Amino acid sequence: MTHDEEEKLYGLMAEFDTPEALVQAAERCRKEGYKKMDGFSPFPVHGLPEALGLPRNKVPLVTLCMAILGALGGFFLQYWVNVIDYPLNVGGRPYNSWPAFIPVTYECTILFASFGAVFGMFTMNGLPKPYHPVFNVERFALMTNDRFFICIEAGDSLFELTRTRRLLESLKPHGVYEVPS
Amino acid sequence: MATKHIKKSQKETDESILGGDHTYGSVNEKISSIVLTKEFKPVWLFGFAVALTLFLVLQISVGRLFTHYIGIWGINVPVGWGFDIINFVWWIGIGHAGTLISAILLLFKQQWRTSINRFAEAMTLFAVACAALFPILHLGRPEKFYWLFPYPSTFGVWPQFRSPLEWDVFAVSTYATVSALFWYVGLVPDLAALRDRTKHQGLKVLYGVLCLGWRGSARHWFRYETAYLLLAGLGTPLVLSVHSIIGLDFATSIVPGWHATIFPPYFVAGAIFAGFAMVITLAVPLRKIYHLEDFITMKHLDNMAKVMLATGMLVGYGYAMEAFMAFYSGNNYEIAMMKNRLIGHFAPFYWALIVCNLLAPQILWSKKARGNLVILYIVAMFVNVGMWLERYIIIVTSLARDFIPSSWHDYAPTIWDWGIFLGTFGLFFTLFFLFIRFVPMISVFEMQELVHKKKHGH
Repeated sequence: MTHDEEEKLYGLMAEFDTPEALVQAAERCRKEGYKKMDGFSPFPVHGLPEALGLPRNKVPLVTLCMAILGALGGFFLQYWVNVIDYPLNVGGRPYNSWPAFIPVTYECTILFASFGAVFGMFTMNGLPKPYHPVFNVERFALMTNDRFFICIEAGDSLFELTRTRRLLESLKPHGVYEVPS
Repeated sequence: MATKHIKKSQKETDESILGGDHTYGSVNEKISSIVLTKEFKPVWLFGFAVALTLFLVLQISVGRLFTHYIGIWGINVPVGWGFDIINFVWWIGIGHAGTLISAILLLFKQQWRTSINRFAEAMTLFAVACAALFPILHLGRPEKFYWLFPYPSTFGVWPQFRSPLEWDVFAVSTYATVSALFWYVGLVPDLAALRDRTKHQGLKVLYGVLCLGWRGSARHWFRYETAYLLLAGLGTPLVLSVHSIIGLDFATSIVPGWHATIFPPYFVAGAIFAGFAMVITLAVPLRKIYHLEDFITMKHLDNMAKVMLATGMLVGYGYAMEAFMAFYSGNNYEIAMMKNRLIGHFAPFYWALIVCNLLAPQILWSKKARGNLVILYIVAMFVNVGMWLERYIIIVTSLARDFIPSSWHDYAPTIWDWGIFLGTFGLFFTLFFLFIRFVPMISVFEMQELVHKKKHGH
């Protein structure tokens, strides 16, 4: 295979019948030193993130930051409105009647934290992304039904078509496919 | 020996929440095929037609309200809150079971939630949509509802954040938004499954767009599961806060019968109680019509009946404390209010409520009764009616008989009150029928996960 043909390749993909086989395959590939790879499954497979050597994800951090932003934003919105811009004297109560501001502060915290969790998750996942090279593999359409895939990207420094293919084939997959980019 | 026994009982539980001999593929096939078919079941068509008719009643009633304003309703001084607020509290309470099932049971790792969470969440969304209509419609000028939101208006006026009614705006809108997010996030992988399954090119594109190009990547699942768990963690205090704030709408006032510290927790218990009754009301016919007995098993119904019984007892405790505190307070107005309920003007409603909410569910102590669909359904219906009566009692008895006898006045709903109430059933069921036909009503990927767990016994 020439260098040019390898350039057009996104990676090599292997298909498995069970989540256990996928986890074992991921484990093996990581031990071989591959880094740019990903697993694909119809449902979250436990042990797969560890097998792929994924770092801790940052969704909780984003959620926490948004929660703090929501809490401060919610409280100071009320403070600014009811104390600074439009002070209302209700039965002589203090303008900054902070206990009465708690419910709205609380709701804003939860609203912003939820936005953080959901939109943070989708953004870090790079979604929405209508096109991705893995969809070029015909068998990949069966993934959401009951198939499990691992894909080693051509961009990995260790990637070499014949060697990588031999490694994937040694894992007893259902099949190994080239993923055109 | 002991561990063996535990293992065995664990296995039995797993089996009873997922019947039949299912594989990852067969689960997908079974659930997706309800959506991906050209066939419309006659039952579905009939139900949808009835729902649309009721929805039309809503449109007519709301149209009349918009042209003639709230004078067409039965509310007046002193009963300024009538069907509008009764229905608001009733509908939003129903929604709470959906969040409980999807969020709280997820945190408690209750696997039986899996096959009922999707449609319970849908129920939440649609119930909140019905609920949210009422506070807007009961504004004297419903077209100015956006004044409730803090936005920089040219006339320089801002909302009053010390009012529980303003808290409501934030609580209900946050609840609706977070419920919608939770539901959609859960739906994304299933929409991808539909995309991969459908043969229709247009639908493939539609589902492809809706699922945001989901490709089941391990990195994505990793963040997805974290986000889903965080959402559940956020949804749990949220659902408690929403009905607490609705309880505070009443409790912060000085009206006899409302000014009670027990209101927030007692409202939350009532909400979950009513919500589970509605989930049973929906689940029993659904599993029959769509042959989902393998997924929504008798174990599910049994568990839901138990939750209903438990929350029903909490609500009963609330009633007892309400009565006790009224007399214990020594406050003449509180005592008069309670006497009005127990032996006075409103006694028929009050005792009907006790029968529906307190006595009827007692039959669920019996395992046989929980296993009998007819009995279960009848009890759920009693609770649906009872919880509506509860809000009627709370709102009407207190307002119609307040401090000065000269201002006493009774309340009677008009045809337009009934029109809007029945109409919201139309809105709810129209949305629900569309949902069961066009969206997978059971979470495919979570069921596949359950199949996996069942196979490996963990």
